[in-house]
Amino acid sequence: MYPANYKYSQEHEWVALEGQMATIGITDYAQHSLGDVVFVEMPKPGAKFSAGQTIGTVESVKAVSEIYSPITIEVTEVNAALANAPEKINQDPHGAAWMIKGRAPNPAEMAKLMDAKAYEAFIAEKEKEAGA
Amino acid sequence: MRYLPKSDAERRAILGELGFDSIDELFRSIPENCRLRRALDVPGPLSEKEIIDYFRARAAENSAGYTSFLGAGVYNHLRSVVADALLQRGEFLTSYTPYQAEISQGTLQAIFEFQTLMCQLTGQEVANASMYDGSTATAEAAMMAVRLTGRRRLVISRALHPEYRQVADTYARDLGLDVAEIGFDAKTGQTDLAAARAAVNDATAAVIVQSPNFLGALEAVPQIAEIAHGAGALLVVAIAEAVSLGAVRAPAEADIVAMEAQSLGLAPSFGGPFAGVIATREKFVRQMPGRLAGQTTDGQGRRGFVLTLATREQHIRREKATSNICTNQALCALAVTMHLSLAGKEGLREMAHQNLAKARYAVAEFEKLPGVRRAFAAPFFNEVTLEFPRSVRMINHELERERIIGPLPLGPFFPEQTKRGLLCVTEVHSRQDVDRLVAATRRALESLGVGAREAVSSPAER
Repeated sequence: MYPANYKYSQEHEWVALEGQMATIGITDYAQHSLGDVVFVEMPKPGAKFSAGQTIGTVESVKAVSEIYSPITIEVTEVNAALANAPEKINQDPHGAAWMIKGRAPNPAEMAKLMDAKAYEAFIAEKEKEAGA
Repeated sequence: MRYLPKSDAERRAILGELGFDSIDELFRSIPENCRLRRALDVPGPLSEKEIIDYFRARAAENSAGYTSFLGAGVYNHLRSVVADALLQRGEFLTSYTPYQAEISQGTLQAIFEFQTLMCQLTGQEVANASMYDGSTATAEAAMMAVRLTGRRRLVISRALHPEYRQVADTYARDLGLDVAEIGFDAKTGQTDLAAARAAVNDATAAVIVQSPNFLGALEAVPQIAEIAHGAGALLVVAIAEAVSLGAVRAPAEADIVAMEAQSLGLAPSFGGPFAGVIATREKFVRQMPGRLAGQTTDGQGRRGFVLTLATREQHIRREKATSNICTNQALCALAVTMHLSLAGKEGLREMAHQNLAKARYAVAEFEKLPGVRRAFAAPFFNEVTLEFPRSVRMINHELERERIIGPLPLGPFFPEQTKRGLLCVTEVHSRQDVDRLVAATRRALESLGVGAREAVSSPAER
């Protein structure tokens, strides 16, 4: 379910890093908790964010949630297809529904994020709390 | 829940539950020096008859029997008794805001109809379920422009209602926004376009004007829009007198319209409650404050209504809400909807044309008085700034003896606008009312030493 080459944040974003270029999206767990996504608000190319800053919002029929950047990033590209087809986030959160790409000047930050196994354990714990 | 005072036994039971022996003990966390050590200084209880007599006496102190020519944001217009009768039905009068939206189909439909009417009136694509009033709508429109542009400078016309300005300033102050003021042209009374051009820059989120403006002048909205849009800023047009839209072109160039809908079926009362309107372009809808009702179909294909965009409201998003406006003026908006439905397109147009005609008649009659003239040359709707040879306050003092409330003195708002007053004439005024006002003003001026002879003096001396 969760790609092994991605890293994950506690806020349910994923990051894929290739060289200095990072791609960021929200996880399957996040899209599932939100329900049907109806709107995505994203930054403009050229915007710079440090780890933990809000890069946009995802609006579902139930709620509006912030998207936080898990790492420092200078945005070079946003996924324009999501503006007209936000439902892609529900359909393919780890692939076609990536949100932003950009330069990651600080790759060391990746070490602070969870790998797929740790993230799966993290959400299993969340589910248990919610069920309790 | 019983709406009855607590008995001693109940008090004791509550205190016992809390583990206290007395009320004093309950309040012991309040420091000694902060406690009130005497009985409250309020009158004792009155019988039913006494209380009715009391309120009758207070009501008699109201200005019943006076003819008022005040406007300046609150307007005297005809209202149908039908709307008042319908509004007092319990389903409308006591129903609470539709948090559980789907079960309030009637309320949602009324809001939906209100939004539709407001779009038609303002020439915009979407309108929300209503705001508190015109002033908060204007301030919220400014904040909306800040969110949309990511810029932090507001350029506000001095001819915006000074009280709307105060509300906008209050919002802007603690958000650390930069507010620049642009003046109005001394001849026309319209916002100074050259000043606007100079003040608007690439940090400007919005240019905010009112039309008709506080001085009564209709603004050159297309030109102001060009200046705002040329710098990438949004144009916010405030409308305090909604009836003007029956005769004046809607500000279609505006990006956001902030309107006071009081003129459309709400009594002036003591200045409220009123109903504010925010209308905008569809592409800006997600930064619009408040709530929006939408039309949809249910599982069986039947027409139904929902609260759309509520996910951005305070009760769901808390501190991340689009704005801190967390309710709407449903009952007032309903009154406006009823009023407009009863008046219809023709009725509104007829009403607006009566305002135009009567205000023009009043100006023509006033200009026959010695030393009285229109202060500004711009086109006006039902309000106009007049200049008098004596202070408006002194004239009004004389008019009051004849049970007339005269023009609003502009001095307190604009210190340089001495001897000028804002006159408002609407469809509620008969020709006789206007004639009586003008005749009384003539007598007032005579008693203040302005006679027929002074009329011969040249305008340059004034």
